[in-house]
Amino acid sequence: MILFVLCLILFIIGLYGVVTKRNLIKIILGIAIMEYSVNLFFILIGYVKGATAPILGKAFPKGPFVDPLPQAMILTAIVIGLATTALLLAVAIRLYRKYGTFDIRKINSLKG
Amino acid sequence: MKGMTIIVKKITQIVAPLIFVYGIYIVIHGHLSPGGGFAGGVIMAGAFILQILANGSILSKLRKQESGLEFLESAAILGFLIIAGLGLLISSSLTFFFNFLSKGTIGKLISAGVIPIENVVVGLEVCAAITTIFIALAVFEKEEKE
Amino acid sequence: MDSLIPLFVIVPLGTAFLMAIFGRVIKGFNKVLLPLSLLFLCYLVIRFMLKETGVSVYKVGGFEPVNGIPIAIYMIIDGLSKFMLLIISTIGFISSFYAISYISKFTAERKFFILFSLMIAGMNGIVISGDIFNIFVFLEIAAISSYALVAFGVEKQELEASFKYQILSGVASIVILLSIGFIYWQTGTLNIADISSVLPYKGVFTKFVAILFIVGFGLKAAMFPFHSWLPDAHSSAPSPISAMLSGVFIKAVGLYVIFRLFFNMFAFSYELSFMIAILGTLSMIVGVLLAIGQWDIKRLLAYHSISQMGYVVMAIGIGMTILSNNGNKTVAAFSIFGGLYHLINHSVFKSLLFLNAGSIEYSTGTRNLRKLGGLASVMPITSTSSFIASMSISGIPPFNGFFSKLIIIIAAVQARYYFFALMAVIVSIITLGSFLKIQKYAFYNKDKSNWEGKNIKESPFSMSFAMIILAVLCLGLSLFLIPTLKNVILNPAVDVLINGLKYSMAVIGY
Repeated sequence: MILFVLCLILFIIGLYGVVTKRNLIKIILGIAIMEYSVNLFFILIGYVKGATAPILGKAFPKGPFVDPLPQAMILTAIVIGLATTALLLAVAIRLYRKYGTFDIRKINSLKG
Repeated sequence: MKGMTIIVKKITQIVAPLIFVYGIYIVIHGHLSPGGGFAGGVIMAGAFILQILANGSILSKLRKQESGLEFLESAAILGFLIIAGLGLLISSSLTFFFNFLSKGTIGKLISAGVIPIENVVVGLEVCAAITTIFIALAVFEKEEKE
Repeated sequence: MDSLIPLFVIVPLGTAFLMAIFGRVIKGFNKVLLPLSLLFLCYLVIRFMLKETGVSVYKVGGFEPVNGIPIAIYMIIDGLSKFMLLIISTIGFISSFYAISYISKFTAERKFFILFSLMIAGMNGIVISGDIFNIFVFLEIAAISSYALVAFGVEKQELEASFKYQILSGVASIVILLSIGFIYWQTGTLNIADISSVLPYKGVFTKFVAILFIVGFGLKAAMFPFHSWLPDAHSSAPSPISAMLSGVFIKAVGLYVIFRLFFNMFAFSYELSFMIAILGTLSMIVGVLLAIGQWDIKRLLAYHSISQMGYVVMAIGIGMTILSNNGNKTVAAFSIFGGLYHLINHSVFKSLLFLNAGSIEYSTGTRNLRKLGGLASVMPITSTSSFIASMSISGIPPFNGFFSKLIIIIAAVQARYYFFALMAVIVSIITLGSFLKIQKYAFYNKDKSNWEGKNIKESPFSMSFAMIILAVLCLGLSLFLIPTLKNVILNPAVDVLINGLKYSMAVIGY
């Protein structure tokens, strides 16, 4: 139970980073922390008490396995997070070259 | 981006092929142990990124590589679609992504039908994609200043 | 016929990567292949509409249900999916045809068509998917392609707009993933039809998850409190992409998923439906009031997008309140019919307006209304189609906007929500004022001294042809009230939403 509360605290830390920080890179890091907390939440969902990793091998031939479906979902979600972060960083690098600063209070040429 | 000292260059000459072979091992055994296409592809890209970091980057040499990477990535995804689409044509019930090769016994390397081939194709694609991301983010900054 | 369903995803993906390989070698390969593939998708949708009625179900990989529990990934085409696929394919084909000559102003021409095709593949995937995690994956494919397309001409303003759009949309995606996690925790399955039969018995968190879904998908659809990314992103994108984003993307990604999940999966309560109707009304009012003081054409059109989406959400919200009270089903069906009819009308005339703005910018190089004037004699096709689109959006008969707004207002009055009907009429009048301003300043001001030195001509053939097709559709869609067309295109979509609980019976049989 306390693990779920810690996951939620990590999500709120990421959200705080996106909302209040002024540096572009810190905002991107806030989004990355939010993603990791949701991935962790998914893996915690699939836990079964006293079960082992879901691999059919010689060590544990049968017996209760942990739920493998959230693990497959998280593989996909991690790759999607990688693509999102890569595109954010590419746009941030080009923004730095055009405006000369990372401060979002100075990057406001679109008004109204 | 300038290269590093000669000790680093020599050690990466020894270590980078080992990392690449380890990545291939994880890709091929994807249906027997954790790993598979994504994780193995990232490790394979790590070998290339290590070489670029250690030896420095000259833009003209890397531009030719980059067009080759784009071709490899697109060809790998088309290969995936063709293999999955063959299930549409061959199988009797006309379903997409049908497992039409023979499934051998559990635990052997050649088993589970179409899935190891799909793992190899996805591994190639992820390797090309992550190397392209690295070159685009870290190397092309020199182009603006020249 | 069922086995042709995955073609809606395979064909755009295949053409995207074929263009990546062959576009370097053969000149002009991209420009020819993309409109052809979208024309093929249009043909496929029309064939599905005419031959099949009811629900077509397709299981990827051929895995049959085990003990009656579905385990495969399902792809489902029913009335609402066919309706959305028709909008995506038609507006996609017209925008890509327009982009053949518009894109010569940018440098990276080949990559535009590849990203466009990937966006179409993502949107098609959302509309035909049958389980919620698949919706998330295709949502991310479409969204990441649209981030790159908004930043396509890499100037200062476009990069800043793309960054703001990415951050807000990224937060929305993470909230959506969190809510999918909560649903999986409670029910143990990912199939929409299966969840709808299990959720009433185990729903501890149902209200919390419903609110999270409205936050996540409302941000993607630019509803009221979450609308601030839309003016920047839609005005800085290249014009065919603005037309696609405003006309198709916010509907297929935002509104379609809200309708599908709330009517077919959740059992909604009166308070939730009333809140959705209130959010729609507030979007209407805020959008049109903020658009009054704008002098940039595309920014003004983007604010009007928020307002017209508010009409659709308000109409569907009124239908939901009636259904949750077990009220008069014909009034609810009428209201939902008005909402969906306004959806297809809005995509046609808003795309036409954005393509006109792009044509003006292509010829004169500016978007500022204070610097334009007297274009009606120099660009006849653009000014005529812009006049038709402005009359449609303001609700003047006999164009299509009049009929859909009339149906929404009548339905609101019949359901005894007089305040909503009054707001709809007032917003429509203010919209008319705003578009008369565009017509006066851009086309009919008599001052021709600006254009003496420059060579202002009509747009090239492909751009003009696309605008003429859309203008004809603006008039033609008002014919959708004829019973034969209504029964083929609109009534199946309304039936899916009204008989929401029969969805799971049709798909998996319990």
